[in-house]
Formats: sequence, structure tokens, C-alpha cells
Amino acid sequence: MMDYGLQKLSEEKVFKDPVHRYIHVRDQVIWDLIATREFQRLRRIHQLGTTYLVFHGAEHSRFNHSLGVYEIVRRMIDDSFSGRPQWNDSERLVTLCAALLHDLGHGPFSHAFEKVFDLDHELFTQKILLGNTGVNEVLRRVAEDFPQKVADVIGKTYPDKLVVSLISSQIDADRMDYLQRDAYFTGVSYGHFDMERILRVMRPAEDQAVIKQSGMHAVEDYIMSRYQMYWQVYFHPVSRSAEVILVKILQRAKVLSEEGYTFKQEPVHFKSFFDKTYDLADYIALDEYILMTYFETWIREDDEILSDLCDRFVNRRLFQYIDFNPAKEYRKLGELDVLFRKAGIDPEYYLVVDSSSDLPYDFYRPGEEEERLPIHLLMRDGELRELSRESDIVDAISGKRRTDHKLYFPEDMLKEGKKKKVLRQQILSILNT
Amino acid sequence: MLQEHAKLVQFISLADGVTGRKKLQKMIYIAKKMDFPFQEKYELHIYGPYSEELTLRIEELCEMGFLAETCEDKGSYVQYSYRVTGEGRDFIGDAVEVPDTLGECITRMSEKSSRFLELVSTLLYFDYLPRKEQIEKVHIVKNKLNYTDAEMDEAFAFIGELSACILQ
Repeated sequence: MMDYGLQKLSEEKVFKDPVHRYIHVRDQVIWDLIATREFQRLRRIHQLGTTYLVFHGAEHSRFNHSLGVYEIVRRMIDDSFSGRPQWNDSERLVTLCAALLHDLGHGPFSHAFEKVFDLDHELFTQKILLGNTGVNEVLRRVAEDFPQKVADVIGKTYPDKLVVSLISSQIDADRMDYLQRDAYFTGVSYGHFDMERILRVMRPAEDQAVIKQSGMHAVEDYIMSRYQMYWQVYFHPVSRSAEVILVKILQRAKVLSEEGYTFKQEPVHFKSFFDKTYDLADYIALDEYILMTYFETWIREDDEILSDLCDRFVNRRLFQYIDFNPAKEYRKLGELDVLFRKAGIDPEYYLVVDSSSDLPYDFYRPGEEEERLPIHLLMRDGELRELSRESDIVDAISGKRRTDHKLYFPEDMLKEGKKKKVLRQQILSILNT
Repeated sequence: MLQEHAKLVQFISLADGVTGRKKLQKMIYIAKKMDFPFQEKYELHIYGPYSEELTLRIEELCEMGFLAETCEDKGSYVQYSYRVTGEGRDFIGDAVEVPDTLGECITRMSEKSSRFLELVSTLLYFDYLPRKEQIEKVHIVKNKLNYTDAEMDEAFAFIGELSACILQ
């Protein structure tokens, strides 16, 4: 009987996809992995967290994105790398599995949930791959050490660095899919670039995939798309407002639980996260449907803060924001903190500084702390040259971090609150609203 | 408010300044792994644990005037050093409670080279694995640094010393 890892489906299966048109599956292993409950769970986790509250089309999930990353890697291997001496075709299946499963450990509203409970989605991806799960069962049918190999690729510790770089580098399948997918679903005109061209000029090399010199302009476009998507979509201040509220809901529920508060709707699913006794099954059991159910029922809790925050999140009554410069205004923050307390508004939940920062492209400098593998161009004479040395456009933004700070607060509560009006007016005047 | 920033200023103050961004990254990571309450999120980059959040906070602290950054041209690269300014000392005031053992750990780390701390932090990144596998992982992710068996032994001994120091 043929090795499970080599088995092909009797007929190719295709998923219709708005970004790649079709996603092609021929390998039995890939088909079986998609059917596991851990992979299906990704349907219930938004790809862009709270962004759907700003760009209403952004309802796509980690499921769509994971299939997209798989498809891009499949095309890299089957269309561009296969048959070239630098590519080892025995790495094909482990690379495809890692591409498909790279986001498996994301929790509900990924980053907010991780922040409050000090979790790491990459660690949970590893645990799902190696633990008692359906995914592990499928991978073990390939070989006993196969789950560990897939985990090593995703954990960036796999010996073949080329394989790792296809899923995690400054020009990888992950970014290529999410930029195009997020642009499509949010409806923005940024985020588009010529992926077909990049795939055609991508070549396998020792430690990473490199780009033929003739493809430099397509890569420039990709880097600029990424830059624009971060500031126009991913760091949108209103979406961050929703995320701030989400974090505060979870923090409030945790505090209440620790204080022995009696919930009308007991946070059964969160208990093990509050007291840090969670296991893999607890983690897999959570998704955004469950969180939203709690938030909706917690609107009717007696605790005013929890109730208010949940109402804000569910019904999109978000916090207002102003630009904030921590370097110049940190004293103002201290002043506001005192005034909020005097006005009976807990600043722990209602006065929040949120920072976003992005480095669009960087290259490794010996001795420096930044450790990014640069994008290399393959010159006509076979030499590899770092991208920013050839491209003036990329050079202009290389190593340049852009940061944005916002101060979030409930403007409606300050304007409409009936008690301590003078204090609230004073706060509003400091906030300049 | 800005508690996490204050912790970093306090850390650099206790170290009496830190030379090298890489060294600072690894020192905070090691301290975090020793259960000191730093919140910066780390990821394994190609060459070891690295935190974007830490980089960002250090930049902000420099902008705020609480840290002074100096850079020295070392020929093939630039080396950055950080020290706490007078304003920075005012900023932390009595706001940050520091566990007694943190100062001792910082002193021990400060004496070590950046290369050695890179090894220690990477071993700690894989501390959920048995020792043999931890070493194998380090050889894979740092295959160009050629760490010797003696360096590995020294790194494990150092981790043991730090852990013992915390239990005192």
C-alpha cells in the first residue's frame, strides 16, 4: 500500500477563493487536515480581529487565510521550485502542512486575548500539532516524527532554512496572502501587488527564496502595499478603540472573578485562564462565537463597568481618541488619571494609551539587535544583493520605524454624565474635545 | 500608566547603563524568564529571542528624555548605549517596586558578553525541552555562531546561578 504521505486524491479538489480564484488540493494529507476540528475552528476566528467594526466587509476568517497561504506555497513549490537543484522535493509535504497550519494556535480576537492572559499563539500552534488532537493524528499517519517536523518549520527551528523562509520572512506566503485578502475584504485599494510576477521570479537559494533582479519593481510594490495596509487598515484608530475595549472587558472579568464577584453568567470557559490552569482542550474550546455570547449576556451584569464595556463592544459605542505624545504629555496623563478618579470614572478601564508601530522593511546589520533576514535579489552574474542597495524606494523606508500613540477615553460618558459636571468639563477641556 | 516603561528605566538604572541593543534585548528576556515581571512580548527571530515591543519602548523612553542613547561607530556596525537621565530618575521615583534579587541578576548578566547572553537567552527559549534537545535547537538556529560544548556548559551553569540567586 502506498505511503500515506504520498497518497493523492482520486480527483483534485478545489475551493473557490476570491483572492486566488481556486485553491487546489491533491494530497490526501492536506485534505484530511482541513477536515480536522482544530482546523475547522479557524472559521470562527476573524482574520482581522475587531477590524470588521470599521471595515464592515472584514468578516473573513483565519480559515480562509490559512488555505490561501497553503495555495501560495503550493504554487511556489510546484510551479517555481520543483526540478531546480536548490530545492529538495522531499520537503514538499512538510512545507505545505506548515503553510496550512501556521495559524492554528490563534485564539479568539488573537492579540487582545493573548495580551490579557499572557499567552502565545505560536506556542499553542505547537501544542496542537504535538498534542492529543485530530491534527496530530493525521500528521502521525505520515510518520511518527512528522508532527515535530511541521512544528519545527512553524517554530523557525527546522534545519532547512529555505523551507522556514517560505512561511516566515520579509517576503513570505503569509504576508502575500494576508495583504491581498485583507485588501479584498476591507474593500480598500491598497494592498494589491503583482503576486504572479513575484512567484515567477522567485528562486530557491541556500537559506531563503530570492528574487531575480528583473522582479525588483514587483517587490517594491509589495513592500509599499504592506506599508500602506498597516497604516490604513491594521492600525486604524477606530479598530484599535474596539480592541482597547475588548482588552478591558477581559481584564475586568478577570478582576471580578479574583474578587469573588458572583456573575449572572458564570465565565465557565474563562475560569482556567483566570487562574492559569488551562490546558490545550480549554484553549481549543474557545472561539469568537463563545466570547461574543458572554459579552452579550454580561451587558446585563450588575457590575457597571463590565456591563458598560460589553455594551460598548457589542453595540459599537467605541471610545473616542486623541493623538498623544508620551514624550511631551506623560504629565498630562498623570493629571487626567487623578481627575478621572475624582469624577468617579475608573482610569484603569476608561483612560488608555495605545501605541502602534511598524518597521516596513529592514536588513540585518552585524552586531545590531534587529535580526531580520533581508530580501535578496539574484543578479544576472549570480551574485546576491540586499534589496535596499538596489532599490531607492525601499532604501528610503528601510529601518525606519513609524509609531503612533493614541489616548482613548469614553467621550459620551464625560459629556453626558450627570454627576460632577464641572470635573468632567475640566477633563474634556484637557482632552481638547 | 506607563508602568512598563518605568520598569525598563529602573532596569537600566540598576545596571548602571547598558551597552548594546542586542545585550539589552537578551538581558530583559533572561530576566523575564527568571519570572521578573516584564511584559514585553518576545518572538524567535532568525538568530534568537527578540522583542519589537521592547525596541519601541526604549525608543519612546529616549524621546521622553528618560534615557540617553549614545552610538559609537565600530567600523562594520554601530553600537548603542543607554543610560538613565536625571529626568528618568525623577520619573521612576518610588513608583516601581523592585524585587531585591533583580539587582543581583542584572549585575551577573552585565558582566557577560553579548554573544554569551545570546546563547543563554536562546537556551531559555527552548527550556521546555530536555537539555540535549535544547542544545540541538541552538545549533540549528545559531549554526553560524559555532558555540562550543564548553560554552554550552557555562551557559547552563549560569542559568543555574541565576535561578539560585532568585531563590535566595
